[in-house]
Formats: sequence, C-alpha cells, structure tokens
Amino acid sequence: MLKYANPTHFLRLVAAVLPWLWLACVGLLGVGLYMTFFIAPADYQQGDTVRIMYIHVPAAWLSMFAYSIMTLSALGTLVWRHPLADAAQQAAAPLGAVFTFICLITGSLWGKPMWGTWWVWDARLTSVLVLFLIYLGLVALWNTIEEPTKAARTAAIFTLVGVVNIPIIKFSVDWWNTLHQPASVMRMGGPTIHPTMLWPLLIMAVGASLLFLALHLMAVRNVILQRRLRRLSYMAAQAGEQEMAS
Amino acid sequence: MSAALALFKRELRIASRAGGGGAMGVVFFLILITIVPFAIGPDLNLLSRIGPAILWIAALLAMLLGLDRLFLGDHEDGSLDLLQMGALPLEVVIVVKCLAHWAVTGLPLVIVAPLFGLMLAVEGDGLAGVAASLLAGTPALTLIGAIGAALTVSLRRGGLLLAILVLPFTVPVLIFGVSAASAASGGTVPFATPFLILCALSLAALALAPFAAAAALRSRD
Repeated sequence: MLKYANPTHFLRLVAAVLPWLWLACVGLLGVGLYMTFFIAPADYQQGDTVRIMYIHVPAAWLSMFAYSIMTLSALGTLVWRHPLADAAQQAAAPLGAVFTFICLITGSLWGKPMWGTWWVWDARLTSVLVLFLIYLGLVALWNTIEEPTKAARTAAIFTLVGVVNIPIIKFSVDWWNTLHQPASVMRMGGPTIHPTMLWPLLIMAVGASLLFLALHLMAVRNVILQRRLRRLSYMAAQAGEQEMAS
Repeated sequence: MSAALALFKRELRIASRAGGGGAMGVVFFLILITIVPFAIGPDLNLLSRIGPAILWIAALLAMLLGLDRLFLGDHEDGSLDLLQMGALPLEVVIVVKCLAHWAVTGLPLVIVAPLFGLMLAVEGDGLAGVAASLLAGTPALTLIGAIGAALTVSLRRGGLLLAILVLPFTVPVLIFGVSAASAASGGTVPFATPFLILCALSLAALALAPFAAAAALRSRD
C-alpha cells in the first residue's frame, strides 16, 4: 500500500489500471443506460420522468463521495504531509463540483414536471447548493494560491470545516419536512424501491463511480506531472542563472 | 489571564486609533438599509414584513466587510508571529481577537439595528427580536469569519475569496437569526425555539472555530 504512495509507483499503477477501468466503466454505463431507457418500467405516477432518477441519484451519491475522498486526502495532507494526498485533494474538487452541478440540474429538470417548480428552498436542496458553493470556494482557493504545498494545507483545513455539511445533507430529509423524498435505497430495513428499478440504479451507480474513479486518477496524474514540470522549470531557471554568473 | 486581557486592550486600542473599523461598518449597514427600499419600493407593509430579514442580511454583509482586517495588520507587521510564539495558546489569542473584533464591529450593529429597524417600519416586539437575535448570532459570524480570515490572510487579493469561502457557512446562522427575529413580531413559531438554536450555533462556533483558525494561521508559511 505504502509503496504506491510514491508518486512514481503511483503513475505506473495508474497507467496499468486505467484502460481496464475505462472498459468496465463504459460497459457498465452502457448497460445501465440501456436498462434505464428500455427495460426499467415507467413509474405509474411519474411516467417517463422517473428515468431522470438513474442519473440524478448516482450524481448525488458521487457529490458526497467526492467530498469524502477529499476529506480523507485532507487528513493525509495535514497529518502525513504527503504530496499524493495533496494531489488527490486538488483533483477531487472540480470533479465534485461537476457531479454536484449534474445532481442539481437533473433534480431541477425533474422538479419542474413533478413539483411544478424548478427550485424549492427546502433543506435537502439548500444543503446540496451549499455543498456546490463549498466546492466552488475550494476551486477558487486552489486557483488563488500558487505555492502547491501551501495551497494544499489551506484547502485541507477548509475541506475539514466543510465536512459539517455532509451529515446535514444526508439527514436533511429525516430532520426536516422536505419536499424531497426520504432515502429509499440506503436505509434501515432494506430498500423500498422495486427490484426492476433498483437494478438499473445500482448498475448506473457503480458505472458512475468508476467514471469518477477514472477521471480522478487521470486528474491526480495531471497534478503530479504539473508539479514536476514546475520543479523542472525552476531547476532550468537556476541552471541558467549559474551559467550566466560563471 | 492578564496576557489575554492585555491583548484584548491592545486590540481595542488599535481599533480606536487606526479608525475606520466600527464606525465604517455602521455607515455601511445604514447604506445597505437605505438601498433596499429603493430596490423594492417604499411600501411600508412589505418593508415591515421583510424588515428583520433585511436587517440580518445588512448586518451579515457589514460584518463581512471588516473581516479581512482581523489578522491582516498583525500578519503584515509581524506581531502575529510573536503572538504565535508567545506563552498564550494561539487558539486563545484567536478567541480574544475575535471578541475584540466583535465588540468593535458586531456590537455597534446590535445597538443601532433597532433604530434602523424603525426606518423599515418594524414594530416594537420585532425591534427587540432583531436586537436579541443579532446579539446572539453575530458572535457566530465573527468566529466563522475568523476561519476564512485566517485561511486568506497571506494572500494578496484575499478579500473576495474570503467572502466566497465564508458566506456558505453563515447560512444556518442567517436562517435561525431571521426566523427568531420574525417570530418575535408574531408568527407560528415561538421565539425561543430558533433563538436557542442560534445561541447553540454561536457556542459551537466558539468551541470549534478557534482550532480551525489556529491550524490555518500555523500553516501560513
């Protein structure tokens, strides 16, 4: 495990794993989308709009999953000061923002025909919007601070502060009377959703998670390479200076 | 204890001599409240209904305005490094600085809020509710803001970033502050319910925020 924390070993591992990851991801998403559109039944009340759920729910899970990854990486940054944890943090922020955005947009598209409005200010929607704003703040933070290790530590502290929002999102449907329906898959006493809808949803969720994982690994690789480039250009500049002096 | 007291006095002295801080915040607060009736029209019924919300948003923005100065001066002249090395734990230093900063920027807003509430046609009970909820809630704003101020203190253009980082976290304070203020002027919810949650938010911020801000200040260099 620790061996792969070395960036060079990590890059080799990513190169080996990535093609298989993409293969599994495209396969699962393909099957999942086919089931979404052709096999899963239309809801007796919602009709075909229920199919939005197969995108919306995985995106919502991933918006929180990305934050969890970022939180663990933030601990890695603050406790072990590990460059790979820095890179994992930096790579997860924009991805999390995009998945949260997809979750908000698909929810909005579903809300218009079902609730009769694009947006309501209930606890679940508002807390997810706050999550989106936190992601945007993190991206802004990463873009503002040039020095990578300092940016990583600053972003890590901010990420850990933002964790308070995650349980609020998860339990908002239980704590408050929201228009958003309560959890129907991950709940005590088993899922309340019918198997014909549960299977496509689970396949889509696993496929989307693999998509996130593949994109995240690629982004981490980019961050590592960017840092190397930065270091090389510093070294080149220093060498040039010494040449001028002699 | 005496060190904390000395630090508190020093902060107040700097705030009073450097000028600006508190008075500017109050003027900004007044300007924000003046602008709103121009935007939504001078209908007194409407203004008195949304008055508590306007006062709270104006107070939030006015407090945000002074936040970047919380650590900036001490960071620039190096006294923050001295405080960091001193015997007083950095967390306590932050609590004292926040307390002094709140006394200079938050407390004046609490005092003038009932006066400005009259301009928005908020009635007696409502005025008391706004003042009480601001008194209970603005410490949370300062303490949450301290985290953002500590994170952005060494950045050249940290001002806008500070607002972006801090404002999402002030949402709960705003929700319960406004609902307590509105409950005071009549409503279905009893005043105590949101008000106690607001107090809890301030106390939780007091317990947790100094540690986050101290971690941020230590990672400056």
